[in-house]
Amino acid sequence: MSIPLREAGPNEAGRGRSPHRRGVIPALVAWWGPRPYTQLALVLVILAGLWLLGQNIAAALEKAGISPGFAFLTRAASFQIGESVIPFSAGDTYLRAIGVGVINTLRVAAVGCVLAAFLGTALGVLGLMGNPLLTRLVRIYVELIRNTPLLLQLFFWIALARNLPGPKQAVHGGGIWLTNRGVYVPAPVVEAGWLWPLLACAVVIIAVLALRRFARVRRGTWPVALTLIAGIFWQAGLSFDIPALKGLNVRGGLTLSPEYAALLIALVVKFSAAIAEIVRAGILSVPEGQREAARAMGLSDWQIMRLVVLPQALRVIVPLTTSVFLDLTKDSSLAVAIGYPDLVSVLNTTANTTGQAIEAVLIMAGTFLMLNLCVAALMNHYNRRVAMRGEGRR
Amino acid sequence: MSVIFMNYRSRDLVAPLWRSLAGGPLNTVLTLASVLMLALILPPLIHWAVTDAVFSGTQEECRAASGACWAFLRAKARFILFAFYPGEHLWRPILVIVALLGLMVASALPRFWGPYLILAWPVTLALAWALMAGGTWTGGILTRVSLNDWGGLPVTLLVWSTCMAFAFPAAVLLALARASDMGGLRLIAVTYIEVMRAIPMVAILYFAMLILPLALPQGVILDKLIRATIMVALFWTAYLAEVVRGGLQTVGPGQAEAAQSLGLGYWRIMQLVVLPQALRQVIPGLVNLGIGFLLATSLLAVIGAFDLLNTARASTTDTQWLGFYDEAYVFAALIYFLLCYGGSRYSRWLETRLRRR
Repeated sequence: MSIPLREAGPNEAGRGRSPHRRGVIPALVAWWGPRPYTQLALVLVILAGLWLLGQNIAAALEKAGISPGFAFLTRAASFQIGESVIPFSAGDTYLRAIGVGVINTLRVAAVGCVLAAFLGTALGVLGLMGNPLLTRLVRIYVELIRNTPLLLQLFFWIALARNLPGPKQAVHGGGIWLTNRGVYVPAPVVEAGWLWPLLACAVVIIAVLALRRFARVRRGTWPVALTLIAGIFWQAGLSFDIPALKGLNVRGGLTLSPEYAALLIALVVKFSAAIAEIVRAGILSVPEGQREAARAMGLSDWQIMRLVVLPQALRVIVPLTTSVFLDLTKDSSLAVAIGYPDLVSVLNTTANTTGQAIEAVLIMAGTFLMLNLCVAALMNHYNRRVAMRGEGRR
Repeated sequence: MSVIFMNYRSRDLVAPLWRSLAGGPLNTVLTLASVLMLALILPPLIHWAVTDAVFSGTQEECRAASGACWAFLRAKARFILFAFYPGEHLWRPILVIVALLGLMVASALPRFWGPYLILAWPVTLALAWALMAGGTWTGGILTRVSLNDWGGLPVTLLVWSTCMAFAFPAAVLLALARASDMGGLRLIAVTYIEVMRAIPMVAILYFAMLILPLALPQGVILDKLIRATIMVALFWTAYLAEVVRGGLQTVGPGQAEAAQSLGLGYWRIMQLVVLPQALRQVIPGLVNLGIGFLLATSLLAVIGAFDLLNTARASTTDTQWLGFYDEAYVFAALIYFLLCYGGSRYSRWLETRLRRR
């Protein structure tokens, strides 16, 4: 929407695209719009304000004997990090420490998004199955989760995780162990190493996609591909490393620290409720007549879902889910409250040990800006595909 | 509610219920699974919360029992709700809570919408801060209570309503700037909104903790809570501005053009024609955002401010009553739930009411 301030002229209808005005300068002038000098003054006032704040900061830093700049990144960090994917010890640089933080953030955010999407979709669909008991249970879950703070849930989960019994008395079942030292889950192991089987799988998937796209072979491609992939892993010697009690501790499998497990559960639970609501709204947004028409054509329930309801529902679901994923990524920063060393937590420690608070906050903001842009770009790409289907180019 | 209670006047009550629960194999399986899940969850929960719980007594009795220790809440409820606020002045935070909740309820009812409400917000908030702080502000009538002793529910409500009172008008201006024809202004608004929305609130709080004190002129010292309030208000402005922008987009350009042809200036057009229509469209969205913000105030706990969540957490570290975190969190969660669930029910009610017009 645009409200003309002084004149409803041609530059209002098509900013800078008027056929009579060409060139960069006129386009810029048209874009800048009415009251150019007032605007310029405002911009200058804002810049002056920022400059003043900057001056204050510089003076305060000088007083504290801290030189601004990112030179500290190559200095040795003097702190330990509780858990890291890449090796890290107290002598490594701050840059590496921040890298550990970024990876930890990505690790929890990416897994969280995937699990929340699955759980949320399942809950959303289950709530619409028409079973009154189940519908009500899903509603209670969603309302309970939605109306309490994420941080409170996180505190609850971490307190629970830390107060689980020790390995000997641990709750376990199906190869999953819940202990106060962490959660142990079965881990897939490949005898021959991961590289070749994964490459072979990629080749199979690319081949299938190419077949579907260029040779227009649609029927039965995915079952064949899945069989092939299963064969590849069988050949490579896939097995599961199932954790078991050995001596005083649980060994084997994949270990999730109590902090990681609590953060992951909190994020998944909180955002699955949001996604369940979105999925519900999306499916309900498809008019009942569409379903009736499809049934009249003799489609089965599964076909109606796949061919009629989902393509239309996804148009509502995908953009809203994008913002849920963005929120989840941002809220993974609550890790700092329970001592999981994510990016924010590492940067907080960095700021406290070096005094380079501004740089730390700048890195924090910059990384999250970039992360957000990446997630948004990925989801927008998917959204364009979903929106295109059957709707034509708009 | 529809499926079970729809036919309660009809003679046959059981058949439709039976059909909806057990009609078809899939439905039967779903019902059985739900019942199984309830059977797994409910009995232990009831045992914990009611039958095995200790409702009054000492820590030792609680330790001996296997259920919840509600006696803990009896002992610590005052701390969770009001933190270290001195006991003889407790009427002040209670009055603040009543006043702020009253303000929220009044803002929620359409019959009170009007210029007086716009006046009521700053006045109530100023009175609430003064009442909490006391000291020279109030002419020495009330004793001064240090910000360090504030905490619990009044802090949560005070920070929330103060941030909303600042963020809302600022958000309207920001949204107007983003929707305007002036490129420079639009650029500022877009940059501000997008940057604020991309970074997590925790980063904003760190900014308030670490950088704001450096950026203030020499000799100006603001309390942690006030710094956080300022930054959070700036942060929420960006989110509110996006919702207001959505409302602005629903008002067709013809409205503004018609008003302009009547000879009205920009601000009169906005005030009399565009904003009333735009804001009416987004009231439910604003309420939902407000609920989200109330939940988000709990992040103040990250920087060690004693909001409701942090007092709940701190209460579990009392050496007299160590580790009753379940009870403390259930209590805090209940308060948040009542406020937010009430808000979301209200939002739904308002939506249907506004649509009916």
